[in-house]
Amino acid sequence: MTTTYTKEHCTVLERACVVIPMYDEASVISDVVRAARERFGRVVCVDDGSRDESATLARAAGAEVVRHPVNLGQGASLETGLRRALRDPLTRYVVTFDADGQHSVEDAAAMVAAANDLGVQVVLGSRFLGGIEGASGHRKALLKMAVRFTRATTGLKVTDAHNGLRVFRRDAAEKLRFRLHGMSHASEVLSVIARQQWSYVEHPTTVTYTEYSKAKGQRGYNAFNIVFDLALNRVRAAS
Amino acid sequence: MIIKLLLVAGLAAAAFLLLRGKRTALGLLMRRSLTLGAILLGILGVLFPGLVTRAANAVGVGRGTDLVVYALCVTFLFVTIAQNLRLAELRDRTVELARKQALLEAELHEREHQGSA
Repeated sequence: MTTTYTKEHCTVLERACVVIPMYDEASVISDVVRAARERFGRVVCVDDGSRDESATLARAAGAEVVRHPVNLGQGASLETGLRRALRDPLTRYVVTFDADGQHSVEDAAAMVAAANDLGVQVVLGSRFLGGIEGASGHRKALLKMAVRFTRATTGLKVTDAHNGLRVFRRDAAEKLRFRLHGMSHASEVLSVIARQQWSYVEHPTTVTYTEYSKAKGQRGYNAFNIVFDLALNRVRAAS
Repeated sequence: MIIKLLLVAGLAAAAFLLLRGKRTALGLLMRRSLTLGAILLGILGVLFPGLVTRAANAVGVGRGTDLVVYALCVTFLFVTIAQNLRLAELRDRTVELARKQALLEAELHEREHQGSA
């Protein structure tokens, strides 16, 4: 899919900020940041206590870097990134992006353009509307199961539950808080969207599973930890 | 049997604590009085071992030792859950602190570079 960008789109992209949580990503982070900087005005990398040179490399590639003094988890990193991004009053959109290079910057740019054209608060990337490259059958089945679970529990008609590529308009990003600091934040975002009744659309994205991203990714059984986190969080929120 | 009622009630209370655990002043009072009660009962049990067996028989348990084991299990569960809640609360604070520090440091770094440029 090709998107044609108008002058307005370019202004919008200039005022969008990409937030990349990273943890020991030295081998890939430079390319990811550089690619993002070509399209977007700002890139914020949140270094979640990496032991390697990720922070220096990201800074050299043109990103603003915020370094957690200790490892706090991906959800916490995203929230830190959001706060940093929103400090600039000109920033209108915040894009969350994975550090391992599995997302495409073109998809991210198209999603921000879509958010602007359609006037929605949230745009969610979906692998199942777009393409999924290099994933095993078992991984696909697990992701589909996660989608079914998310649909049943949030009532959102989404096709992908755990895609790290998302666009939030400023008003939504300001209200976003991650109670669950670890990996359960992906589903948490969706339940916040459902509860706050934010307007959202899904946008097809291509996710490329490289050997690197597979090695860095979550283990499949972590899905059960996520279900547990969410169930507990739900019951507590209700009380 | 009375003991079944007591144990089910104890376990249900543990589940309730797990789900809605908020640390309140009432909770603190309960924890303190329970600890005090446990110490007093412990001393009584040590001085008069026969009392434990009589208490066990009264609630439908054969031996005093069994009653002590049951009580220990339920108490352990409560303590574990309470500790977990406490840790979660501490972690929230740590995250917030670390985040503030990280954001400040980033700002400082930025200013230094603007100054030197």
